[in-house]
Amino acid sequence: MQSSSNTARARRAVQQLRIEASIERIKVSKASADLMHYCGEQGKYDPLLMGIPASENPFKDKKPCTIL
Amino acid sequence: MGEMEELRKEADNLKDQITEARKVVQDTTLQEAVAGTTLVGRVQLKTRKTLRGHLAKIYAMHWGTDTNCSKLCVSASQDGKLIVWDTLTTNKVNAIPLKSSWVMTCAYAPSGNMVACGGLDNMCSIYNLKGKDGNVKVMRELAAHTGYLSCCRFLNDSEIITSSGDCTCILWDIETGTEKTIFAGHLGDCMSLAVSPDFKMFISGACDFTAKLWDIREATCRQTFSGHESDINAIGFFPNGNAVITGSDDATCKLYDLRADQELITYQDSGIMCGVTSLAASLSGRLLLAGYDDFNVNIWDMLKAERVGVLAGHDNRVSCIGVSSDGMACCTGSWDSFLKIWN
Repeated sequence: MQSSSNTARARRAVQQLRIEASIERIKVSKASADLMHYCGEQGKYDPLLMGIPASENPFKDKKPCTIL
Repeated sequence: MGEMEELRKEADNLKDQITEARKVVQDTTLQEAVAGTTLVGRVQLKTRKTLRGHLAKIYAMHWGTDTNCSKLCVSASQDGKLIVWDTLTTNKVNAIPLKSSWVMTCAYAPSGNMVACGGLDNMCSIYNLKGKDGNVKVMRELAAHTGYLSCCRFLNDSEIITSSGDCTCILWDIETGTEKTIFAGHLGDCMSLAVSPDFKMFISGACDFTAKLWDIREATCRQTFSGHESDINAIGFFPNGNAVITGSDDATCKLYDLRADQELITYQDSGIMCGVTSLAASLSGRLLLAGYDDFNVNIWDMLKAERVGVLAGHDNRVSCIGVSSDGMACCTGSWDSFLKIWN
């Protein structure tokens, strides 16, 4: 019956909302601080952020050396 | 229908509760918190390699992660081929012909032993790259979705998660070819998924404008994130697994924090009016690289939410993007049939 499947769907939706309403939340200040800390700590190991010296860049085509 | 009315009231009450609970922990904004942080300097990446070989639009690419294949990637094109590339030499390690050319996604197993793909055939096909005789063959065809396969990601050699236009995601047992868990809840086509760094959770983005966080083993939806004003096409985890980044047809990307259960910031610019097709975070998470319908990739300072660079080089839509597991390079794939490696 159409009406009973609608009710079943509505019951599931309420059940799901109950789960989502009950979670513990941390403060945005702590969440932000943790993201900033992670970026700060890991940034120095981030090649795209720090740049890659030509000699250490495996993707950079090596130009042949010319002896002058 | 007394019960429907009661259920509707309870649903509204719960939604209000969630909104309130999110406000209660909103003691600041990310924007305020990073006021003293210096903006990242201009990021200028150059095309180091162009991978030529596909004969039609590229729809997806995925980097290998194992130390043996950290410079390998797989791409899928509607020319009906999956190509595994050695990005250092630009050589094609494998060129796999597909039964169905309408492919929309591909994935590289963390072990490097398999690749997977799928699309308008509604199936996820698994290919064994390390077969005895050296030929790459279909190992399994995972069929159960009633809509197109939009994305797939391996957990390991025996499990893969798929997202579909039928609004569900499925966790599969590759060995038996059967569904272990069906994740239902989205009210629109699921467009994209990403697995958490610890492999315990995954997130999905859908055409119902929401992103959902799922617990893989508990088989439940833990959290739902709203705010986008159109389909979410791309989704990814911030590298520490505590936040989620989404990209949408509404021309914005958003950062949602999982533990604060809310949106922290939106990446938008009045000059950007076209949809986001793909995204990837740099190794530290400080840079967000996002591909757009206007053929460009914009590079954002993820904390300050300002654009710090552009990758311009494709002659058509950038459909996919990925940062290698060691963070050394970014790969873009386009409807112009080329992949480019940048750093």
